[in-house]
Amino acid sequence: MAEDIKADKTMDLKGLPCPMPVVKVSKGIKEVEVGQVIEALTTDPGSLTDFPAWARTSGNEILKTDQDGDVIKFYIKRKA
Amino acid sequence: MKESAAKKQAVLAEAKQPLKLEEIQKQVEELRGQLASLSNASPENKLSLIVFSGELDKLIASLIIATGAAAMGMDVVMFFTFWGTPMLRDKDKKVGGKNLMGKMFGAMLPKGACEVKLSKMNMAGMGTAMMKSLMKKKNVASVEQMLELAAEMGVRIYICEMSMDLMGFKREEMIDYPNLTFCGVAKFLEEAQNSKVQLFI
Repeated sequence: MAEDIKADKTMDLKGLPCPMPVVKVSKGIKEVEVGQVIEALTTDPGSLTDFPAWARTSGNEILKTDQDGDVIKFYIKRKA
Repeated sequence: MKESAAKKQAVLAEAKQPLKLEEIQKQVEELRGQLASLSNASPENKLSLIVFSGELDKLIASLIIATGAAAMGMDVVMFFTFWGTPMLRDKDKKVGGKNLMGKMFGAMLPKGACEVKLSKMNMAGMGTAMMKSLMKKKNVASVEQMLELAAEMGVRIYICEMSMDLMGFKREEMIDYPNLTFCGVAKFLEEAQNSKVQLFI
């Protein structure tokens, strides 16, 4: 698919409850360059609202959110 | 020949145009990112938390909020006072030289976060034990793990000097935490004054 997003780093955060997904992703995003993309996998339903909130306040961008069963996949672009 | 050269130039110019736009877009994006990080670095993006209660559930809530705020780029200050103070005692540290009252308080109050109980459904400790095993099963970080995380993320912890004095606690019996500060109400208020969020738990 042409619109597939290429991730520079993948973080498996499955099985982690609040606040760990946001805590880990906030650390992980510092390990990629500005403009690069992180793919984060979570099973915490709360992350559906938490990740966009975190992205807005930290100045990063969620490019895409996918849901496959219990697994939620976020593509996050480092902007700050 | 001349015609094709002119055409070539026109095509080249056209190719150049969107490239420039892209450059500008990239710069704007970079600036936006810088702006966002700048606003995060401003002293007002701060959370000041008073941890007054000495109960496990409230400590967990406080630590989740604190680490979450740190993850969101906020500056975080936790001010432990009154019943919150004994939760920061180190269970492995022993200090002598306490008076009778100090010894009594020391014995009656929890020695560290591992000894605090739930505010509800404690059921003589059964409820707390059940909650702890449930937390483990559900992968929720323990209080000790969260304190470690908080330290790593630069969450600052202040302890109320007066509570320490009242309950006869010594500085040497508190946990090892980076830049653990003992202070009074003025220090907390100074932090709270320029914090966007203040909570009392």
